[in-house]
Parts: sequence; structure tokens; C-alpha cells
Amino acid sequence: MKITFPHMGTLDIILSDLFTRLDVDFVLPPKTTTKAINLGVKYAPEFACFPLKVTIGNLIEGLEAGADAVVMVGGIGPCRFGFYAEIQNKILHDMGYDFEMITLEPPMADIKDFARKCKKIASKKTLWQILQAVRIVWKKAVAIDEVEREVLKRRAFEKNSRDTTVAHKKGLAVLKEAITPYEIKEAREKALSLINEVEKDLRRCPLKIGIVGEFYALLEPYVNFDIEEYLGQKGIYLERAVYLTDWMGPSKKNSVMGIDSDELAKAAKPYLSHFVGGEGQTTVGHIVKFAEEGFDGVIQLLPFTCMPEIIAKSVLPKICKELDIPVLTLIIDEQTGRAGVITRLEAFIDLLWNRRKKKLSAVGC
Amino acid sequence: MFICVNWSYNLGVFTKVGGQMKIGVPRALLYYKYFPLWDAFFSELGAEVVLSPQTNKRILNLGTEAAENEVCLPVKVFYGHVLSLKDKVNALFVPRIVSVEGGAYTCPKFLGLPDMIRALDVDLPQIISPTFDLKLGLWEFYRSVYELGGFFTKNVFKIIMAFQKGLNKLNSFENLLHDGHLLNEALTGRFSPAPRGPLRIGVVGHPYNIFDSYVSMNLIERLQKKDIRVLTAEMVSPEIINEIVSNLQKKLFWTYEKDVVGAVFHWLDTRAVDGIIYVLSFACGPDSLIQILIEHEAKEKGFSVPIMPIVIDEHSGEAGLVTRLEAFTDMISRKAVKEKS
Ligand code: SF4
Ligand code: SF4
Repeated sequence: MKITFPHMGTLDIILSDLFTRLDVDFVLPPKTTTKAINLGVKYAPEFACFPLKVTIGNLIEGLEAGADAVVMVGGIGPCRFGFYAEIQNKILHDMGYDFEMITLEPPMADIKDFARKCKKIASKKTLWQILQAVRIVWKKAVAIDEVEREVLKRRAFEKNSRDTTVAHKKGLAVLKEAITPYEIKEAREKALSLINEVEKDLRRCPLKIGIVGEFYALLEPYVNFDIEEYLGQKGIYLERAVYLTDWMGPSKKNSVMGIDSDELAKAAKPYLSHFVGGEGQTTVGHIVKFAEEGFDGVIQLLPFTCMPEIIAKSVLPKICKELDIPVLTLIIDEQTGRAGVITRLEAFIDLLWNRRKKKLSAVGC
Repeated sequence: MFICVNWSYNLGVFTKVGGQMKIGVPRALLYYKYFPLWDAFFSELGAEVVLSPQTNKRILNLGTEAAENEVCLPVKVFYGHVLSLKDKVNALFVPRIVSVEGGAYTCPKFLGLPDMIRALDVDLPQIISPTFDLKLGLWEFYRSVYELGGFFTKNVFKIIMAFQKGLNKLNSFENLLHDGHLLNEALTGRFSPAPRGPLRIGVVGHPYNIFDSYVSMNLIERLQKKDIRVLTAEMVSPEIINEIVSNLQKKLFWTYEKDVVGAVFHWLDTRAVDGIIYVLSFACGPDSLIQILIEHEAKEKGFSVPIMPIVIDEHSGEAGLVTRLEAFTDMISRKAVKEKS
């Protein structure tokens, strides 16, 4: 059995590591590019949310590269994500691919089924060995996220353009090699110090922008036109609402991003008082938090037809008005062009600078 | 304790209004599922139920202007109804219907609906938006019923009786549907004789699309004019639907999509119809995926019954619909003749 899985941010690094430890035969689909997107768009239903289209593209490429099994996670709604695996399975089989779909449903629902499927994926190992490997790799995944968080914050201060990006790449390479928990800890320190050592101009007073939205659009740089890198180069301090391990982790404590889920729900309550699936309520909660923390603006990433984010967008006018924070919503699908996105970002940055100037002159600076 | 606090608050509302309270119900979305229940419940508790008019151009325009562009058409229509009602009533009923059975949701949009309405930049009357979530069990459900009734009376007994009456009404409404009456007829009580022609077409999709004749551009009437018998998902018995969806590989977690899938699979199996029209809303989340399930099943069954998807949005034109219907009905009647000979 040769396993493949779709891309999502740094998921490939983490799963490759885990599968290697568990002696699982796997093949990585090529990184997401226009090719994967075009394939997905061709075979996925027209109004499917964009992540479904892209991941179908990934899986087609993975199966073409010789995989005969797919690992996906399931879900119990209410957003479409929980049904992705089933739909991918149907579409790919209808296309004529012969493979097995292994869908990991949330363990809370059926722990036995979960264990059985884990054993199926890593047939050469015992459940205990699997658990141990997951625990170690999890540490690495958290470290990767933490490094990324620092990169987002510090890029705004770099003296020479792209230094931080280079340091990030080096740091990731070190982390990738780490095997034991001790090595992972060392590698984390090393990666963080690499980023710290980048020459900085600390006199800057950068704009602060928070990035919120649907998790896949946030985590997959190719899909969001790598706006984090772009904004960072423009000297903007960024914080992101969702990190891979926070999203995957079962606990309500979001250690990387730093605010726990209950607190977010509470912040969202005056505007969106019930969870609506996906990141809907989280998005609203984060916007409120960013506003409270004095951020200059927020960017929301919304995959075309995404239900939870549309609900969030619908309550935005009220938030923006009451909390006086500008929010730019970027709708993402196969028809979105990078040039258009950049133009809108530039206009948004101008707007934020003007607001900042006005505020400063109002207090007499 | 919590409930007591609510009482006094609610009583305050009631006395402030004085006389009979006018409660507005938008003729959109889940109106098509539960109106008989709501109507009986509110009337029994002494409120006057004010229903918005049938969807028309003005209502649709109000909705599309107020809603975010990306929202699905039915929700835009709902916005339009809310806006057309807002000045005529003391309160608007916009329930948050999270789930109507264990283990499944309605649609994310219904979970966020009251918040979306409250975010509208207009003066609105009080929005009454109890949360109904059967996933949390019957106890919580009845607490919500009680809380809702609390807006009108503090008499528990009266609330329960009113709810029971509502349930009875809902039951007889649903029985009419299972007996083969069309939903809009069962709702209004105005029945017209059904066509007797040999062709039968199954029409599936959300009832708020199909039975809103402005939105569906009179789809059903158009078929009936051609002397075609129209079957809808509501006419398939819940037992059959449940059995079919329980055999699905992956459990469906959207209640209303079960009806669509159940009816289509049943018709494909029994060939009870000569053709199926699947009405989808543009940008509808659940529909986009259910379409794949249906296509896959049709493929496995060797496309025994032709299926035509119709996607509607605010820009859909009548001309396009007419041409497609023409082509589809011609095709299935030719097919039917051929199969007979
Ligand atoms: S969150 Fe939005 S884009 Fe993501 S799966 Fe759900 S509906 Fe689709
Ligand atoms: S089921 Fe589809 S059409 Fe209905 S509210 Fe949800 S997204 Fe809109």
C-alpha cells in the first residue's frame, strides 16, 4: 500500500516525518501549483469550496505518482469539510482511479474505528509505537508553527529584504533533520535564533495587520498568493489566527496562536453568538481581539462559497462600525488573479497608513 | 433562576407593546418547513402572526441589496422578507434552528441567521431568536420552546398546550404532503386537481427554492401545464428516506439534504419517475456536494432515469429555463414512448 495525501501548508513535512518513523510507504504529490488547481477545477463540482478543488488536484497528482491509498480526515459537520473525503472518493473513483480511501473520523466519535485505521496505515507498528511517534512528531509540528509565528512578526523589521525568509528556510531545514525530542528542542532554539539574528531596524513603527479566515486558505501559501510574505516585505507586522497544530489539536488551548477557543467565542458573542462550523466564529472572535489590541487592520481570507466565512463576512459591517477597524475580505478561487489581489492589498495598506496619520495628528504628534 | 429573570424581562416587552403583539414571520427559508407549527403556536398564545407577502421583485431587490454578495440566494430572499416586514410588526421571528434531529445539522447559514439579520444596518423591531438544537436533547429543546413562549405568557401549561397544538398542525400538514399533495397547496389549503398525463417528473431541492414560485420561476406550474405529474421529495415516506440514507457509506450530517438524496435514490431504484429535476441554489454549500453523490449513484445505476440540474440565482432568466424545460420534457417523453414500444 502506497499512501498519498493532500497538501496544506507544512503538513507535508510533518506527515513525511511521521510516516518515515512508522515505516509507511508513501508518496508526496508535487507541491500545489496551477497544475493541481486546474486538475481540481476540472473534476470537482463547480460550487464546491475552493479547498476541495485544490485537494482533489493534489490527490490526482498523488495517484498518478503511484499511490494506491489516500489518507484524509473526516468530520461531523456542519461545514463541508467533514464530507470532503467521501466526495473525493466518489469523484476519483468515477474518474477511474483504483485506490483505497482511509478516512480518519474524529476519535471522539468512534475510538475503535480510529485505532483500526491507524493500524491500517502503519501496519508494521503497534498502536503504542504509533502513539509514541505521533507524540514526538507533534512536538516538531508545534515548533514549526512557533517559528512561523516569529517570522510573521519579525519580517517587518528586517534591514535587508528577504533575510528573514532565508533564515526561515534554514531553520526549517534544521528542524526537519531533528529526530529525538532533545534534538527537536535544540533545533527549535536554533531556528528561532537564526531568525533573531537577522539584522533589524527596530526604530520602525510598522503597521499591524491580523490575518483571519478559513483555515486552508490561511495555511496554504500557494492558494493565498503568499500574501504573508508579500505583506511582510512591505514592512507589515503580522499575526495569524490559525496555525496548523492549533487547528488539528483536540484541545481548546491554542498554544501557538495564544488565545483559547472559549475566549474567542466570548469575544465573538456580541456579533456571532453561535458556532457556525469551520472558522466562522473564530474569525469574528479574532477580529474583535485584533481590534482590542490596537491592530491597524484585518485581512479575511474567504474561499468562494465558504459558508462559515460568508456568515462572518455578513456580520462584519457591524463590527467594523462599532470597533472602528478596517477589514479587507479577499475572496479566493481559481479565478482570483494575483495582480488583482496585490492591487487591493496596496490600496488597503495606503488606507491604513492614512488612518494612522490622522490618528497621530489628532493626538498632536 | 435564569428563566425567572427572563420572565420579567419578557413580560416587560409584552406590556410595553400593549394589546395584541404582532409577530412577523418572513415567508422564506424554514417557513416552508415549519410554518403550520409556528402559526398555531403564536396564535394560541394570543399573538397576531403577520406573514410577509409572496416573494416579488421588490423583495428580492431589497434582499440582494442588503446582503453580502456571496450569500446564497435563499438567504438573500430571507433578508428581503425581513426588510419588507420590519415596519409592520412589533417583533420578528428569526429562530436559530441548529439541528432538528440527533447527529445532524440543518445548514451553517441557519446557525448564523439571527446574527446576520441583527448586523443589518437598519432599524429593526425586536428579533425573537430562540435556539433550537435537538442535538442537545429533548430537555434543552423544550427549554427553548418554553423560553419562546415566555415572550407571551408565563403560564407553562399554556405554552405546552400551544406547542402541542402546533405539533398537531405540523403533523397534519406533513400527512397531506405524504399523501401526495404539493407543499404550497398543503400550506395554503388551496388544492387544485393534479394533472393526469402519463409522464411523471420528480422535482427535488430545497423547498424554499422549489415552492417559492418567484424564485423557481413557476417551475412546477410550468410542468403541470404540460400535463406532467410532479412528484417531490416530501411525498416519499420518511421511512424510505431514512432507510436509504442509513445505507450511505458516510453519514449525511445535513438533515434537509437527506430528503434530496433519499428521494432521488428511491426514484432511481424504483423508476417511479420518468425524469428528475434537481434545483440547486447558486453558491449553496451542501448542494454542491450532494450533487456529486447523486451523479455517482446515477452512474452506478446506469443512468436509468435522466436527471437535469437547474441552478438558480438572482440573475437566472426565464427564457433559459423555458428552453431547458422544453428540451428535457421532450427528451423524456420520447424516451418513454420508445420504452413502451
Ligand atoms: S470552512 Fe469553508 S472552505 Fe473550508 S471546508 Fe468549510 S465551507 Fe469549505
Ligand atoms: S442549504 Fe444551501 S441554499 Fe439553503 S441556506 Fe444553506 S447554503 Fe443556502
